[in-house]
Amino acid sequence: MSLQVEDLRVYYQTLAGEVQALDGVTFSIADGEIMGLAGESGCGKTTLGNSLIRLSARMRYIGGSAVLDGEELPIWDGERMNAFRFEKVSMIPQYAMSAMNPTRKIGRMTGELLESRKVSYHSILPELKRRLDLVELSHDVLNMYPIELSGGMKQRAVMVISTLLNPSLLIADEVTSALDVSTQKAVAEMLVEFRDREYVNSMIFITHDISILYQIADTILVMYAGKLAEKAPTEVIINSPRHPYTRLLISSLPTVGVKYAEEKLKGIPGHPPMLLDPPSGCRFRDRCPVAFDKCVEEPPFLEVEDNHFVACWREFEDA
Amino acid sequence: MLNVENVSKTYQVGAFGGKKLQAVSEVSFDVQDGEVVSLIGESGSGKSTIGRMILGLITETAGTITMDGVDISTLRQERLKDYYRHVQGVFQDPFSTYNPIFKADRVFKIIKDEFFPEVKGAEWKSMVSRSLRSVGLNPDQCLDKFPHQLSGGQLQRLLIARALLLDIKLLVADEIISMLDASTRIDVLNLLADLKSRGLSILFITHDLSLGYYISDRAVILYQGRVVEKGSTEKIYSNPLHPYTRMLMASVPRLDKKWDEVEIKADVDLRDKYLATGGGCVYYGRCPWGDKDCTQGTPALIEMESDHYVACIRYAEGGSGGQAAPSGEAAASTAAG
Repeated sequence: MSLQVEDLRVYYQTLAGEVQALDGVTFSIADGEIMGLAGESGCGKTTLGNSLIRLSARMRYIGGSAVLDGEELPIWDGERMNAFRFEKVSMIPQYAMSAMNPTRKIGRMTGELLESRKVSYHSILPELKRRLDLVELSHDVLNMYPIELSGGMKQRAVMVISTLLNPSLLIADEVTSALDVSTQKAVAEMLVEFRDREYVNSMIFITHDISILYQIADTILVMYAGKLAEKAPTEVIINSPRHPYTRLLISSLPTVGVKYAEEKLKGIPGHPPMLLDPPSGCRFRDRCPVAFDKCVEEPPFLEVEDNHFVACWREFEDA
Repeated sequence: MLNVENVSKTYQVGAFGGKKLQAVSEVSFDVQDGEVVSLIGESGSGKSTIGRMILGLITETAGTITMDGVDISTLRQERLKDYYRHVQGVFQDPFSTYNPIFKADRVFKIIKDEFFPEVKGAEWKSMVSRSLRSVGLNPDQCLDKFPHQLSGGQLQRLLIARALLLDIKLLVADEIISMLDASTRIDVLNLLADLKSRGLSILFITHDLSLGYYISDRAVILYQGRVVEKGSTEKIYSNPLHPYTRMLMASVPRLDKKWDEVEIKADVDLRDKYLATGGGCVYYGRCPWGDKDCTQGTPALIEMESDHYVACIRYAEGGSGGQAAPSGEAAASTAAG
């Protein structure tokens, strides 16, 4: 097991009170696994990704643990966490386009980053060039400022830089969302290539777009309103999901070949609960077509089949 | 009804406007009554520029846009206002369309002051309620609220309801669901389809091929401001002809097919830094079929079958189907459905 997360809770501090953005999540990622993390905006997927590398000032660690390769990540301690960042855990942020220092040439910026980890730029330069070749970027980019690159090129440059020290865990947050479909495909396939070449051991690929996860992820974890709904191998989530939310979500996706006139898709009525004061019990209860009395209690996240976890009372009925 | 004829738009860019950027070049298409037409393209394809020109927000550099036979660039004052009674737009970001310090329903008041000053308060209220119900909103839940109290889907529907208060014939919908969550976007899409069945024409601008297919009767595929393929959605998707359309179809992530099953390699800059400034095909720089003939003049749109046009010289040689898809490429085309 590469990563094991136990009952992790991270809340946001706001003037109105605490927003329970990540409320007790437990899951694990195997070696070499690309786990897709899917959900709607505000479901806590970015919070989960961020909490494994850096808590922003407004985020507060409440409890739980994350163990990476047998070592516990000191999530609550920003100083101690620094030793893990970049070397063990790395991230490609949501806005990779603006992730680079605009006042430094890319090569120099990379050098400064490596220096902070006591790695010499010159010793790693050959490897850096090999990886630039892999993502089809010319070596000239090292002598360029970020502004000289197109969005897709910056994205690829950030991918190379953030994985340069072969981190064990890579968190890719909505990296393909702002790209055109053709570039999107290229970037997603490069990330898979990075895993295949063992530049990274395992990966959390955060996105709202389930169809891209179907292309590249080994497993998919679906979140809803700060809680886990379902986790299973990709094929299982797409073809035989068990949580009502996952089912409705997947059946609402238009895909090439579906026409309004022939097959009318349905959305999910209602909207997610406010996480400032979330309702007790199952958080999907209000929108769920199969909710029953038991749903006022909170459902546990249990393994119903091999590697298939789900948090729904309906699935535990026969058990 | 709406007819876009040879429309081009050139922007002045650079420090003193010395450089020219050709955003849209010689684009022609039409939208019939009760029809949904998709404008599909990636960023920089000029799709939003075309939408803005139709809405009269910017003026075209060349060509004409006519609505029911009237050139819209000649409209002034009262007649322009009349035009806006019939043609309205809804845009991508519902959150920045509203002024956060006013209540969201202020958008209705603006319409009333401008177009319906004579309508009495009570009558106006019932008109607003009717319009809200027709877009699937409950008036009690969304009137008298601030924008942050409503969801993106609700805000977007409020804007559609606002447009419906006028006697609109054409709605320009520019990426209106790309910022919405999966569970709510389909409802807004279905709403558009409902409006269409009630006789509204819609110009649906999107970068998402699957959304374009779901809702539209006809589609126009744009690349760098030029139409590369257009015609019936059904025909374009089941038999994409232009290499760019084929590449797009192959790159779209789908739930029924993995990327490995399609062969085209995406995003290769085959002829780096090639610019179609001196004429020639705009797609030449990335085209796997390209050869030196492609740099000679802009390919014209050729009708390959009824209501299916493509702009690629490969199809021009030897008449229809003469030298169609070179062998091997045919396997890569992804037949829809």
